[in-house]
Amino acid sequence: MIDIQGLDVVFGHGNKAFHAVRNVSLAVEKGQSFGLVGESGSGKTTVLRALAGLLDRVAAVSGVMTVAGETLQQQRSQAFRRHVQMVFQDPYGSLHPRHTVDTILSEPARVHKLDRIEERVVAALEEVGLNASFRFRYPHQISGGQRQRVSVARALITDPDIVLLDEPTSALDVSVQAEVLNLLMRLKREHGLTYVLVSHNLAVVAHVCETLSVMQNGGIVETMSVQQLREHSSTMPYTRQLMTASLGYDRGAIDAFEEFGQ
Amino acid sequence: MMDAALLRVEELHVSYNTPTGLVQAVKGVSFELGREKLGIVGESGSGKSQTGRAILGLTAPGGEVRARRIEFEGTDLLHADRRTMRHIRGAGISMIMQDPKYSLNPVMTVGKQIEEAFLVHSKDSKREAYRRTLEMLRAVKIREPDRVYRAYPHEVSGGMGQRIMIAMMMIPEPSIIIADEPTSALDVTVQLQVLAVLDDMISERGMGLIFISHDLNLIASFCDRILIMYGGQVMEECNAAELHRARHPYTRGLLDCLPRLGGSQHELSVLRRDPAWLETRGETS
Amino acid sequence: MTTLTLRGWLLAEVPRSKGQARCQRVFISWLAFKRNPVAVIGLLIIASLVMVALLAPWLTSTEALELNLAKRLQPPGGEHWFGTDELGRDILDRIIWGSRITLYIVGLVSIIVVPIGLVIGVVAGYIGGWVDNFLMRLTDIFLAFPRLILAMALVAALGPGLENAVLAIALTTWSPFARIARAEALTIRNSDFILAARMQGVSTAGILTRHVAPLCMSSVIVRLTLDMAGIILTAAGLGFLGLGAQPPTPEWGAMISLGRQYLIDQWWVPTMPGIAILVVSLGFNLLGDGLRDVFDPKSGGNQ
Repeated sequence: MIDIQGLDVVFGHGNKAFHAVRNVSLAVEKGQSFGLVGESGSGKTTVLRALAGLLDRVAAVSGVMTVAGETLQQQRSQAFRRHVQMVFQDPYGSLHPRHTVDTILSEPARVHKLDRIEERVVAALEEVGLNASFRFRYPHQISGGQRQRVSVARALITDPDIVLLDEPTSALDVSVQAEVLNLLMRLKREHGLTYVLVSHNLAVVAHVCETLSVMQNGGIVETMSVQQLREHSSTMPYTRQLMTASLGYDRGAIDAFEEFGQ
Repeated sequence: MMDAALLRVEELHVSYNTPTGLVQAVKGVSFELGREKLGIVGESGSGKSQTGRAILGLTAPGGEVRARRIEFEGTDLLHADRRTMRHIRGAGISMIMQDPKYSLNPVMTVGKQIEEAFLVHSKDSKREAYRRTLEMLRAVKIREPDRVYRAYPHEVSGGMGQRIMIAMMMIPEPSIIIADEPTSALDVTVQLQVLAVLDDMISERGMGLIFISHDLNLIASFCDRILIMYGGQVMEECNAAELHRARHPYTRGLLDCLPRLGGSQHELSVLRRDPAWLETRGETS
Repeated sequence: MTTLTLRGWLLAEVPRSKGQARCQRVFISWLAFKRNPVAVIGLLIIASLVMVALLAPWLTSTEALELNLAKRLQPPGGEHWFGTDELGRDILDRIIWGSRITLYIVGLVSIIVVPIGLVIGVVAGYIGGWVDNFLMRLTDIFLAFPRLILAMALVAALGPGLENAVLAIALTTWSPFARIARAEALTIRNSDFILAARMQGVSTAGILTRHVAPLCMSSVIVRLTLDMAGIILTAAGLGFLGLGAQPPTPEWGAMISLGRQYLIDQWWVPTMPGIAILVVSLGFNLLGDGLRDVFDPKSGGNQ
């Protein structure tokens, strides 16, 4: 479904050039969930945005990206825009503050000239567990978790095949995170969606995905199945350290932490 | 662990008068803090940060603080005058905030800021302040203290910035540190390294720590004792090591809805909130 | 849930149509605005200016505007509240008629300035690159001239008269609006909701008009209100210099200009229109401050 070969992303030019992603290759099967894990600055979000075609004005992107058999050009086609959608991290920032939920949800439908817009809006709201009373509210009138549900609903309006998830729950309280994760899992089952999930939280990735890549300094350290991750069968010291760290505070283990290559 | 209480808080209430009516952020919180690491955990809006701020008299304008007692080493903080409060902030109790970027002065070198924090509460010479500052920077495990001393806040990384904040808060030798989400903005490994620094200093100096966070997992592994807050009230208090045996449905709910590395991809259990948890227990003053 | 009262409809928890949601938004802003007494005073001043302009024919008597040399330079009193001028015309009546001219200037300038400033600023800020460079240098050129001097030069070239004065003022006023709109657009263009819109395949034109411009609008309106005083003063200045409205048009600046020779002995002749300018400018400034508080995303957001 998704195939990325030798992706490089460079921000800026000359001396100030910053090589954010180096030679990243990955493949995601249809209906699979693929996780990208790493700390801040590892390039995981940049990979996702490069795939989404959101970097064209700010960075030099090279490499071959194929989605559903279509090799992506610099300018994404409307078909791509319809079939690939994205959910962003910050539920406060990803909804237009002056648009009602109704406007937010009907815009993609209008852009792609879909029919029965009203029906779609109501159906999408229902799908994410919000009733019709949310339809004419503004983002500031609803809670963080509800906003993230609206974001998910917006991604579903055009019946996409692929949804890119950029830290979709990291700004939410854990109880709300659980609800949103359950929602994402259900939607994936019901619609046969393919997910690419970016997160710093190993537990979230392990919960949602089947396969994951650990990224560091713009490159992929290791790609493995979640099963392998659970069995602690990783051989890479960086992955092992991330695992240890995600288990919580352990005074003894911390002194053994290493700095990994700059 | 708890020989003598450093801080006693009884029946703390914080309320705000907003255009839409009175909002009660904290409703009758009581606890004692000894020479230990006390964690306050809760979701957003639980009143955990408001509790920390009220102790230091840092409640935002428009907020009203009531309590039966807030006592720090025998001093009544509720009725303390400004001078006493100023002395206590820093020299008695200091606070570490979430983002060092907003807490450090951008146009002053790191070293000067730490020195200043020292000199405010001490009559020692500048030379002594300089010596103590470098010593402090070494204590928070900064490798090149001389270089960092001369650096400006924007020149240091997030983890380094938070170590600098710790150095700055520790240098007047307070007996209590209140840390409000001190490492939430940091990567997980850096977060643990910063916490290790904090942990070592606190146990070496026999201080008390109030650690406020939303991260149940982290608090359980880092602190000695935990208060679980919800809706401005303490739902449950337990020893960190016994968190998994917590009984309150809210605590249980929070524990259950965390995805786990070792778990399977089953449906996560969802927290069901019971309005009965918020019924005040007839102790309001 | 039945909505029995208008207030209930406006404050209903669950809006049931797009129109209701919009009205609610306006109403809630109004509630916030109402809490600021100074802003309400500003609004009252501007509202009365509009009322006076609308009702001018009924508030004045026709003969009062005609020359009546027998009554020239009468001090303020029972018959002529603000006195009469050097040609025996009632000053109050002339100020009332002049309010129409003031509103005409203010309205026309806004209609010209806001779209130009908004378009240039939003395009420059969102597109960036050489487009931004070109548009902003152009803006800088207009910003670099002192407003009154540039307006004078333009009027001198186009010929004196009210319309030309308005045109000149508009041409010298749009640049700060472009700057403001650009600054807003720069912060907006990196926000997630713009990325989300691009992700959905919304065209650049769609993003500019539906997403970026509406968010720039509030700061532009606030700036416009605060600028109104300056616009009125520039118009009065041009009138004073004889480059704006021509006599006998009762433009306030021209009235001051004609009355200035009587300042020592018949102080009311230039002073009364001066006070009118002062009050209206003040009204716009107070209103602008109030609007800024309402539109400020920090205070207007939650709850």
